[in-house]
Amino acid sequence: MSNKKDIIFKIKNLSKLYGANKIPAFEMMKNGSEKSDVARKYGVTVAVNDVSFEVERGKIFVLIGLSGSGKSTVVRCLNLLQKPTSGDILFEGKSILKLNKKELMEFRRYKISMVFQSFGLMSHRDVLGNVAYGLEVRGEKKEICQTKAMDMIEMVGLKGWEHKRISELSGGMRQRVGIARALANNPDVLLMDEPFSALDPLVRRDMQFELLSIQKKLNKTVIFITHDINEAFKLGDLVGIMKDGKIIQIDTPEGMASNPADEYVENFINSADKGQIYSVKHIMQTPSCLIHSRDGVNYALKQMRDQGVSSAYVVDDNLRLVGILPLDNAVKVKAGELSFQDAITKDVLTTEEDVYISDLLSVAATAKYPIAVIDKENHLKGIVSKASVLSSLV
Amino acid sequence: MPDWFIEFPSEINLNIKDAIDKFIRYLLTNGETFFEGIKEVLKGFLNGIQGVISRIPWWLLILIVFILSWRTSRKLGKAILYSALLFFIGAMGLWPLMNTTLTIVIASVIISIMIGFPMGIWVSYSDRLDRMIRPVLDTMQTMPSFVYLIPVAMLLGLGNVPAVIATTTYALPPLIRLTSHGIRQVDNEVVEAAKAFGSTKWQTLVKVQIPQAMPTIMTGLNQTIMMAIAMVVTCSMIGTTGLGQEVLISINRLETGRGFSAGISIVIIAIIIDRLTQGIVKKGEAKIEQ
Repeated sequence: MSNKKDIIFKIKNLSKLYGANKIPAFEMMKNGSEKSDVARKYGVTVAVNDVSFEVERGKIFVLIGLSGSGKSTVVRCLNLLQKPTSGDILFEGKSILKLNKKELMEFRRYKISMVFQSFGLMSHRDVLGNVAYGLEVRGEKKEICQTKAMDMIEMVGLKGWEHKRISELSGGMRQRVGIARALANNPDVLLMDEPFSALDPLVRRDMQFELLSIQKKLNKTVIFITHDINEAFKLGDLVGIMKDGKIIQIDTPEGMASNPADEYVENFINSADKGQIYSVKHIMQTPSCLIHSRDGVNYALKQMRDQGVSSAYVVDDNLRLVGILPLDNAVKVKAGELSFQDAITKDVLTTEEDVYISDLLSVAATAKYPIAVIDKENHLKGIVSKASVLSSLV
Repeated sequence: MPDWFIEFPSEINLNIKDAIDKFIRYLLTNGETFFEGIKEVLKGFLNGIQGVISRIPWWLLILIVFILSWRTSRKLGKAILYSALLFFIGAMGLWPLMNTTLTIVIASVIISIMIGFPMGIWVSYSDRLDRMIRPVLDTMQTMPSFVYLIPVAMLLGLGNVPAVIATTTYALPPLIRLTSHGIRQVDNEVVEAAKAFGSTKWQTLVKVQIPQAMPTIMTGLNQTIMMAIAMVVTCSMIGTTGLGQEVLISINRLETGRGFSAGISIVIIAIIIDRLTQGIVKKGEAKIEQ
């Protein structure tokens, strides 16, 4: 990928202070004072302190931090629900801080939308009325509002619920409405402020999966806030970790996991379920015993004996996986009881490189042979042994 | 021990009575055309309402009460009870007086809504204004209601028109208070959502804040109506006609029976209006509840 990254959002030195004496407090902050000292001296709360990052179009950028770390304030600055004290926010190269009232309204109506932690739904409207809200305020015709809203309702799987009251829906369904409402405007960027935190774990997993599939389908840029490291690593292309209003590290989940910037990040990651950080490609090995289908049984037996293994992976000339030749079958072929073709077991467990280890656990537990890692064209990329799956989790 | 130690010293004599009297007299001499104007407008307004109410056939009003109470409570018993109670007022021969009282109540409530609702919205936007207006509203509500009658009677004379002013003054605070409170307590995320989707201030107010605050606003309206009914009776002291006058007459003549039948009629009106508006509030709350 040699072409330049398409940066949709560029946040430069963003700071947000609350309180009356912002200017002297800001100077003090700049000179490197601690957040708590500034609060004591001026009564000013520093919510966000000199935060810079970039978001690439079509990617999911996750901001993670404990409550009070300033992540929600950052995301509210991006659509100017909060006005930054200093710094700049560039959307497609233009500063959104310079927008006038009308331009800001247009920006919010067409470019960016938001999903809220406690859903922010309007309980006096039904599902359809909520989803159509953004279209309605920007003045779309009623029929267009209805059809677009219905499309979105269908996409989030709430078809048939469009005339229900919000109070009749479960938490997960309500957030589906929230997502549908945010998508109905067809924005470029979706801001999600801890959207799944209020949901129970099972529903949360479904929603994460749903979000990923929607994102793949629509290719939206998502800026996602969470305090759950598993969620961050599962969803994020890039993850920024915040503490006391600052971003400590921005990296890919793998990069952060293998190379934490400091102890704080490390502790955060240690609280994560490792199975959701590492995927198959991190633990797969090259198969020690690989034979071609034309090699014949004698060569296969020799290989197995040399490597000290009890099975061989059989591939064709293009390295496409054919199956596994177990040792006992190979012996039978040698004795003439089986043909070489019949001896190859075709039902081999397979997986792909990007699968998370946690998703492989149950498969690995029952596997008779190491799991074959293949790509979409069935090329054998490597193998994952039961032992390596289990050892990666400790 | 000197006297002043126990008893409040009579030498300290701050006379605000004269100042207030002077102020009212000043208004009286200088604002005559203004008050005459208000009087004329209110008179027209009252006559209009009176005209409508007196043309409603008695059975139709009973029917309306029946249908409304059925629709808000879904209980046939209640609907029958309220209609019967209303019939009872007529049976006691108090229907025309009830109409007069209702006219003044309705006029006052309409004016209260016209002033209180926008004012409540305005107050909800500004913390400073809220702090300023809170003691004023408290004073308006705790001031003995008779006190309003004096300046109103002086400025506007006797009769039903000053009653509307006094009643409105007394009944206005809860509507302002609860409209403001209702709008302030709308879930912040819902308001943020409205803004995040590019709503104008007006759209946010009309499409989100007011509908979400509606049950609270209706509670305020309910209180305003109840206070208006109470005040209309007190207003009989400045020559307001209607059920209140009936009570006043019976006090002067010590006619217990007459006093009670008028009193009971007022109670019946209050109960019916209260339950009907409460029913609407409850329906609204069920709708809004998350």
